[in-house]
Amino acid sequence: MIYDLAIVGAGPAGMAAGIEAAALGLSVTVLDEQPAPGGQVFRAVEAASGDAALAGEFRDAGGALAAAFRAVRGIAYRPQTTLWHLDPEAGLLSVVSGGATAEIQARRILLATGAQERPVPIAGWTLPGVMSAGAAQILLKTAGAVPDGSVVIAGQGPLCWLLAVQLLRAGVERLTLLETGSGGAFRDALRAGGLWTGRKLLAKGLALMRETRARGLRVVRNVRDLRAEGDGRIRTVRWRQGSRDHALACDTLLLHEGVIPSTHITRALGLDHDWDARQLCWRPRLDRWGATSHANVAVAGDGGGIGGWEAAAAGGRLAAIDAAHRLGRFDAAVRETRAADASKARHAALALRPFLDRLYRPGPGVLAPTDDTIVCRCEEITAGQIRDAARLGAAGPNQVKAYLRAGMGPCQGRMCGTVVAGLIAETRGTSMESVGALRPRAPFKPMTVGELANQRPDAIPELTA
Amino acid sequence: MNAIGHATRDAIVIGGGLVGAAIAYGLQRQGLSTVMLDEGDVAHRASRGNFGLVWVQSKGLGAPHYQHWTHASARAWPELAADLLEATGIGVGLHQPGGLHFCFSDDEMAQRDALMGQLRREAGNAGYEYRMITAAELHDMVPGLGPQVVGASWTPYDGHASPLHLLRALHAAFQGAGGLYRPNALVTAIKALPGDFAVDLGADTVRAPRLVLASGLGNADLAPLVGLSAPLRPERGQILVTERARQVLALPTHVVRQTEEGSLLLGDSKEDLGFDTLTQTPAIMRAIARRAVQTFPWIAELNIVRAWAALRVMSPDGKPIYDASERFPGAYIANCHSGVTLAGAHASLLAPMIAAGALAPDLSPFSARRFHVQKTA
Amino acid sequence: MFRRRPEARPATQDRLVEVFVAGRPLRVPEGASAAAAVLLSGAPAIRTTPVGGAPRLPYCMIGICFDCLAEIDGVANRQSCLVPVAPGMRIEPQIGARVARADDTAPEAA
Repeated sequence: MIYDLAIVGAGPAGMAAGIEAAALGLSVTVLDEQPAPGGQVFRAVEAASGDAALAGEFRDAGGALAAAFRAVRGIAYRPQTTLWHLDPEAGLLSVVSGGATAEIQARRILLATGAQERPVPIAGWTLPGVMSAGAAQILLKTAGAVPDGSVVIAGQGPLCWLLAVQLLRAGVERLTLLETGSGGAFRDALRAGGLWTGRKLLAKGLALMRETRARGLRVVRNVRDLRAEGDGRIRTVRWRQGSRDHALACDTLLLHEGVIPSTHITRALGLDHDWDARQLCWRPRLDRWGATSHANVAVAGDGGGIGGWEAAAAGGRLAAIDAAHRLGRFDAAVRETRAADASKARHAALALRPFLDRLYRPGPGVLAPTDDTIVCRCEEITAGQIRDAARLGAAGPNQVKAYLRAGMGPCQGRMCGTVVAGLIAETRGTSMESVGALRPRAPFKPMTVGELANQRPDAIPELTA
Repeated sequence: MNAIGHATRDAIVIGGGLVGAAIAYGLQRQGLSTVMLDEGDVAHRASRGNFGLVWVQSKGLGAPHYQHWTHASARAWPELAADLLEATGIGVGLHQPGGLHFCFSDDEMAQRDALMGQLRREAGNAGYEYRMITAAELHDMVPGLGPQVVGASWTPYDGHASPLHLLRALHAAFQGAGGLYRPNALVTAIKALPGDFAVDLGADTVRAPRLVLASGLGNADLAPLVGLSAPLRPERGQILVTERARQVLALPTHVVRQTEEGSLLLGDSKEDLGFDTLTQTPAIMRAIARRAVQTFPWIAELNIVRAWAALRVMSPDGKPIYDASERFPGAYIANCHSGVTLAGAHASLLAPMIAAGALAPDLSPFSARRFHVQKTA
Repeated sequence: MFRRRPEARPATQDRLVEVFVAGRPLRVPEGASAAAAVLLSGAPAIRTTPVGGAPRLPYCMIGICFDCLAEIDGVANRQSCLVPVAPGMRIEPQIGARVARADDTAPEAA
């Protein structure tokens, strides 16, 4: 069969789009890599509903959305299914699941593949015991697990505070937050406006910060030059504050410098992207419906620019309404009418974003690690080697990949691509736009030769929600 | 940069891929002050999509000059690899243990034997050693062969190397020897006079008495500007690359080779397998995977971490084009789809000819004039 | 190293799955990933890198960093953060580059 709409990703954007599209009478399939709906923000929300440490928005809003998604009849939901190739012209989605590959056909494709945490390449970040803050949160959500011993969250962004609260509630006793960024950011952020419209979100954030204080979180501000040290695993985290060096014994270091759109697939499709100089990331160029530079492909959610789960869900609905319009279900005027609620919801959800983007603006250091820092974790290529390659004449990340194998490992450049480009721009004195980005290719995720060879249309599990 | 860019050099090479870099390195080594002009980061890079074989067998049937040239390049390779290692410290991973071409039926074996025999006859005094090897004997040479492999042809001349390390080593050695590499240098115009070429790069101009066009498919447009022709068409080829595995394949083969890093490269060779590489990508990738699993069933459990599609630079008869301009002496053209195999010849044989001012007579069959002759015949 | 909080899953407290991490038995919550099991086990590394032999543990837990590669039930280089635990699952560290089992009884060709 040919679906009206294929949605890639079952996070807030994908779930909301699926619900809306089904309500509009479209035939819908939703593919997702994970075994259960929720995306990363509501990961395992159904299983973790009993955990008091995760009380609040995660359990309430996330649980409600997942339940609503499950309740819709007629969505062909395919969990544990990975997209490895997409031909937007033919509407052909090549997927791998359960040891075999198959093709799914759709008239329109919505990529709701979400965000990833920004890689934070500091010296020693490959040591066991160093992981992303989001990873620790996933462990809490999926296994109810927390780190032991001296735990340090280092970086900046709303997730640092949310995670701190969740870990403290979950019984972590020795927790320190090393906040990067500078004091000047706050004044700049105030000028961004949106504080009144975004007051609900702001209040939630302030409540989190109050709770960390009440629970005795140790916070160190204006931290820079972070390093992780240890032999075989992290033992010490070092940083500078003002003109002084500091060190702290550390068993688990959780790094976070915000989240960035996951552009692996949109890049592989060759869609237009813009460099976001404030948030230091690429984002696909979208109109207000999420339409991309390819007529058959839309993007919704954080994959199109970071906005948080409420904006993502609203964006998913808008993309579904636009899909119905483009498939001839109703005209542009009806599209506007139907979109009113979702537009309003998204506007409210995004109101605080300019404030947050300025307050938590990543420092230029995230794209300029020290020479001894490993940038490509797969092939173990350092920033120094990349700067050398740029001096040899490599004008972009694709050439550095050819020279050094940076970006050639199994992560396919997801971790190093933007940092490599940043190092080239720095060394050659050019802009990120002129350096460009890695061009990923299918398979979008590694798959076995046997899976590729083994084409079985019946092999893809389909749970009709 | 600009001050140097404006200066007159002894030679300009347009193209910074494997062909251009090998020639530029060869020219610089001959003592010619050379500038190599390259495109940007996302140009059509046949060099970055090369399978990495240094391959002699099955090349040049009915064209002894091509067989000789390929063979000569394979012989020049060890010295090139050693020179590059000494000059740059970059090992290019050259191994020439001989290579295997598998056959999947008795008929294929017989046809292959006939083809190899014909190549041997055409080799004349240069010689062409090969053997047809049965499946039973193959099991001692490569592990875990699939039951459908009936046998293989083998020559001692074949080998493989890392195209990417080669490209970086050539770039580094060229610059180390004093050559000027200019990426993001898109050629906007060429003003040609005999022995005097001005290449316009938009912002500035470079001049030299010698000009070598080695820009792959780009040569089709550039060649007429210097009184030459390059009838070329792109042909898409695809390669699948697995994760690193411990060394298991001692010999390169025409469908699978293991790199020094441990990755297995699975390829489709147009001339060898006859895939239609223009049909839809997943289907081609699936066909490559199936052929690899058919040859070596154990490959099935390895993960594919990346895949390349690159455009081969094909002339109408699939053989290289080497030409010197009669109208504008000093202008040369070089095109081929075997940038790795022929790197030895380009650096060590072709570059010295260009430096000396004339292509050797045994390269005359490679002139693009052969296509004009066919048209009028 | 990570520890489990029994209070996290009050309704499903008894739904633990026994797996083996580097041969040692371990009970982890149903729905957790194999990568989570390794972190809960206290193992010093889930893999060593094929390039420099450096020890690694999972970094991102969302399927993008590939530092959680492990041998699961005999299959090398699996992204363990994307594999839910199952009773009796055997999770072994991935030591360096995988072995291509050419001389072994290879799995049935597709």
